[in-house]
Amino acid sequence: MKISVMEKTIDLIRERIRDGNARVVTAEEMPVIVEELGEEGALREIDVVTTGTFGAMCSSGAFLNFGHADPPIRMERVWLNDVEAYGGIAAVDAYIGATQKSATREAHYGGAHVMEDFVSGKTVELRALSTGTDCYPRRTITTELLLENLNEATMVNPRNGYQRYNAATNSTDRTLSTYMGMLLPNCGNITFSGSGLLNPITNDPEFRLIGGGVPAFLCGAPGMVIGQGTQHSPAGGFGTLMVTADMKKMSQDFLRAATMTGYGVTLYVGLGIPLPVLDLETVRSTAVRDEDITVDIIDYGIPSRDRPSLRKVSYADLKSGCVELNGEEIRTSPLSSYRRAREVAFTLKAWVEEGKLDLVLPTRKIDTTIKAHPMRETAQGPRVLDIMDRRVFSIGQDEEIRSAAQKLLKGETNHLPVIDSSGKLVGIVTTYDISKAVVNPGKANRVKDIMKKRVITTTMEEPVDIAVRKLEKHNISALPVVDRELRVIGMLTAMNLGKLFGGRWLK
Amino acid sequence: MKLIVTFSRKAGKKPIIAQVVRDTGVLINVERAQIDSSEGEALIDIPDEACTVVKEGLSRLGASVRVLEDIISLDESRCIDCGACISICPQEVFSFDENWKLVVNGERCVLCGRCIEICPQRALSQKEEV
Ligand code: SF4
Ligand code: SF4
Repeated sequence: MKISVMEKTIDLIRERIRDGNARVVTAEEMPVIVEELGEEGALREIDVVTTGTFGAMCSSGAFLNFGHADPPIRMERVWLNDVEAYGGIAAVDAYIGATQKSATREAHYGGAHVMEDFVSGKTVELRALSTGTDCYPRRTITTELLLENLNEATMVNPRNGYQRYNAATNSTDRTLSTYMGMLLPNCGNITFSGSGLLNPITNDPEFRLIGGGVPAFLCGAPGMVIGQGTQHSPAGGFGTLMVTADMKKMSQDFLRAATMTGYGVTLYVGLGIPLPVLDLETVRSTAVRDEDITVDIIDYGIPSRDRPSLRKVSYADLKSGCVELNGEEIRTSPLSSYRRAREVAFTLKAWVEEGKLDLVLPTRKIDTTIKAHPMRETAQGPRVLDIMDRRVFSIGQDEEIRSAAQKLLKGETNHLPVIDSSGKLVGIVTTYDISKAVVNPGKANRVKDIMKKRVITTTMEEPVDIAVRKLEKHNISALPVVDRELRVIGMLTAMNLGKLFGGRWLK
Repeated sequence: MKLIVTFSRKAGKKPIIAQVVRDTGVLINVERAQIDSSEGEALIDIPDEACTVVKEGLSRLGASVRVLEDIISLDESRCIDCGACISICPQEVFSFDENWKLVVNGERCVLCGRCIEICPQRALSQKEEV
C-alpha cells in the first residue's frame, strides 16, 4: 500500500540533500511535473524548487569599509571613480548606491559601474574629504583600490526581486525615454520586465518560505534574504525583498551596470531563492505558469503617478512577442533577461545539490497584508495657474499677417495664439514666422497661411514641472494655456518661469 | 544588398539615383537619405545580382559607393540577452532563439541608430567600413 505524504519537514529535505538523494528542479519545470505526477506525486518526488530573475534593480548598493589610513581620516565626503558614495557612517565606511551618477561622466557612469568595476577586478579610485579632528587629523586622501583591498564590501539592496512589473506603452505622439526603456509613439511597442514563472515571490506569494534568514543567490554569490524590501506591497501583488551578499564572491555574469538612455544608470541584478517543497500548498504555488501571472499595460504618456491601465495581460502574452491593443498587434520586448534568469535558477539548483547552501525556514516572517502608500505631500508644487501670464493676445486665423505683426509688437510677446471664429485655438505664430513671411513675401497673406498648426498646450491645473518638460522636450519657449473648450486663457513662457523662480525651474 | 551612396551636390542637383534606375533598369529601394545643400548620403537596397552595374553606374555619375554587410555589430561579451532592442527596431533585425538568446539579422538594418542608442549594455555599434 502506498502511503500518501501530505507534508515533509525541512529536516527531512536537509537530510536528503546531505545524503545526495534530494531531487531539485527549477520553477520552470514544475508545471509539467505536477501535470505528470499529480500534486501528491510531486510532493513525494520533488524536494526543492529553485527560482531566478535577472533584471534592472535600481534600489541596490553596497556598504564598503576601506580600512584606516595613516595618518587616519574620518571621511565625510567620499567619491569612487568620481561617483559620490554616502559617507555619513563612521570614519572609513561608505554606501555606494547603484543609481548615483558620476560627477564628471554624468549618465554614462555611475554607482552601478563602480560595483561592476570592483567585481570584475578593476582598480577604482577613492577620493575623500574631511574637516579633520584631533583623533582623525587628515583632511584628504586619494588612493587606488581593488576589491580585495577592502575589508568588507557587503551588498545590501533595499528593494529587489519585485514580484512582477507592469508593462509599459506610450499613447502620445512622441518617443519617451523611461526606466522601462524606449517607448515608441502611438503605442508603437510594449516593454515589460521580470521573469514570470521563475520569479521568487511569484512561487511563494504568501511568504511561507521566503523571509528573513533564508538563503539566496545574489549576483553570483551565496547570500541571504534580510526581510521585506522597501515599498513592499504584497496586498496589491507587488511584494519586494531586501537582500544581502558578499560582493567579493560575486560574478560579472550576474551583476551588470546599465544605462537606460534618457533615464540614467541602474544595476542588473541576478537573484534567486531555493524553495523547500514542504506541503501541497508549496507544490501548487511553485506550479505557477506564465498564463496565471497578469499585469497591467500602463500608459507612460500620462505624466502623473496614477497612470491609466490600457489592458491586462499575462506574462505568457508578453513573452509571445506580440500583444493586441485596441485591435492592433503591438510588438513586445523585455528589459530583463530570461536567459540569465534561467542560469540563476540552474546555478542555484547545482548549489543546493552540492550542499553549498543551508536550507532554512524564515526566522523573521514577511508581512503579507500591507500596501505601500504614496508620499504624503504637505506643500503642493506650483501649478501653471500660479505663474501664467493672464493677459492674452490672440489673433483670428483669417486676419492679415500685418495685423499679427502689429499685435506682436504691442503685446511685447514673441508668440501669438491663433483662434478660429468660435474662439478655439487652431495654431500659433511667432515673431520669427512673421519676419520670415515679411522677408519672403509670397502668396501667403493671411495668418492661417503661415501659422504652425500643431500647438503644444498646457492647462491651468498642470504642475509647472510637467509644463517645463514640454518646453524642454519640444525646444519651445511658450505654451498657450487652454481650457476644456480649447479657448486660450493664458500663456506660459520661459520668461514667467525665469522671473518667478529665479531660473530654478529651468536647467 | 545594401549600399551607402555619398555624393557632392556642388556639381548641380543631378538626380543621380533616378538616372541610374533609368540607365540600368534596376529597381532601387531608397531606405534612408540625408541630403543638405552641399552633400548627400543615401542608403539603398538592390538585388544582389545587380550590385556591379549599379555600383558602376553610380560611380560614373561621381558618387562614391560602399557595400554594407551586417552593419550592426554585437559585442557578445556585453550583451545580456535582455531583448530591449527587439521591439524598438523598425526592421525586426532582432529576435530570440528558442533559448532566449538574442539573434541578429543584420542584413535588414537601415541604420536608423535606435538600437545603438538604447542598448542598456552599450553592446551594439555600427561596424566601420566594410
Ligand atoms: S539591448 Fe543590448 S544587451 Fe539587450 S539584448 Fe539587445 S544587444 Fe543585448
Ligand atoms: S540601426 Fe535601426 S534598423 Fe538597424 S538594427 Fe538598429 S534599430 Fe534596427
